[in-house]
Amino acid sequence: MELLGYDRVNGVGVRNHVVVMATVGCAGDAAEKIVQLYPKAKLLVHTQGCAQTPPDIELVEKVLVNLALNPNVYSVLLVSLGCESVSVDKVVDKISSVKNVEVVRVQEKGLSYAVSKGFDVVKRMCEDAEKVSRTTVDFSEIKVAIKCGASDSTSGIISNPVAGRTADLIIEDGGTVIFGETTEIIGAEHILEKRAVNDIVAKKMYKAIDEMEKRAMSMGVDMRGGQPTGGNIRGGITTIEEKSLGAICKTGSSKLVDVVCYGEVPSKKGLIFMDSPGREMEALTGFAAGGAQIILFTTGLGAPQGFPIVPVIKISGNPDVCRRLKEHIDVDLSSVFYGQESLDDAAKRLFDEIIEVASFKPTKAEILGYEKFFNIYVKGPVI
Amino acid sequence: MYQRKAIVVNELDNVASALTDLRKGEIIEVKVGNIVYRVRLASDIPFGHKFALKKINRGEHVIKYGEVIGRAVKDIEVGEHVHIHNVESLRARGDLKKSE
Repeated sequence: MELLGYDRVNGVGVRNHVVVMATVGCAGDAAEKIVQLYPKAKLLVHTQGCAQTPPDIELVEKVLVNLALNPNVYSVLLVSLGCESVSVDKVVDKISSVKNVEVVRVQEKGLSYAVSKGFDVVKRMCEDAEKVSRTTVDFSEIKVAIKCGASDSTSGIISNPVAGRTADLIIEDGGTVIFGETTEIIGAEHILEKRAVNDIVAKKMYKAIDEMEKRAMSMGVDMRGGQPTGGNIRGGITTIEEKSLGAICKTGSSKLVDVVCYGEVPSKKGLIFMDSPGREMEALTGFAAGGAQIILFTTGLGAPQGFPIVPVIKISGNPDVCRRLKEHIDVDLSSVFYGQESLDDAAKRLFDEIIEVASFKPTKAEILGYEKFFNIYVKGPVI
Repeated sequence: MYQRKAIVVNELDNVASALTDLRKGEIIEVKVGNIVYRVRLASDIPFGHKFALKKINRGEHVIKYGEVIGRAVKDIEVGEHVHIHNVESLRARGDLKKSE
């Protein structure tokens, strides 16, 4: 299987974005103003990067680097404040060995200067990016992340089983599938355990789930209402176990080959689990940092989010939502809900959509510009 | 268009999920494998919500996808709405840890 993509030194891109990325929350305004002046560039702003414990600062650095290295990104402008805990030099070093990266600092000569300089850099980068064109690339270079969000009862019965069958097709064709949402394995881990390639992978998965469950329990409350969310409960999901059993349907039936840390690029091909929370901003960020070029996103209640540098394909098996939120849903599975299309046929349709989106077709979230969702998942306190 | 009113995912399940808004008193026939359940609904069941196919006693497991999704905190009669008012989760219960 082949598609049209951007052949880069570190993999295949399905988009050719110039990225304006803040290194710290306090530089977000400057980054945003640059993109307002030059909207072809993609904005990545977040709330992390300073006054956190060293392991979290290192994690933020790793995620910033790995996001920049995502093959969908052509080149990067880092927007720094100047005094943040994150080592901008370290981040630049790691990116510059693979692609063009430049930095503007607000504390150098103020906001106006940083924005003006940043605008010039981004304009030049975008002009350079336009000189690059798509070529035929192999599908096996593609990593597809799968997420579910704003789930209801149709997620576990329709959209996740379809996504799972598509995941199997991707892996049969040599591709990689990443799933995460550690919280949403709680209660379903015994099923995934049977699919782990070995005990080490199974143990890594259990460790991640155990730590997530303990973190939730450390608050001394029943986490219901937070997970499952209020929306999930209104949609008919009663417990985290029920949510998880529906959620893991999206992983298909392939063997689980590895477990990676948050934002880490998998070294193996096949089905990969990334330790990550269920919340969209952090989960999508982790997958994009892990090198996913495309994200499949199943939804029951109608999650609209995209991601700045990765096309996010929205899939729903809730006929009412598909009708009301047509402008957000890329793949309408109402026909499966009504028994007019099999799960397998719908999975093939979804697979074809992936190839089209990878090669040229914009997603609904890209068209609407509903894609300013970015945050880095840290485990320690703000200090 | 014919629409199924409810679905049972697995033969082991003791709950079904509504595929449309269902009314109290409606008789729902739902099939899974070779088993056919005929259930009179004891309350309105909104789209996507669950109702009991069998009596589930307090303390017994609620089963969906053929797996345990929680525990009944009170007796649940056939046809009753099964949700957060009568089912508790068995996982990530920081509240129970505190009272231990």
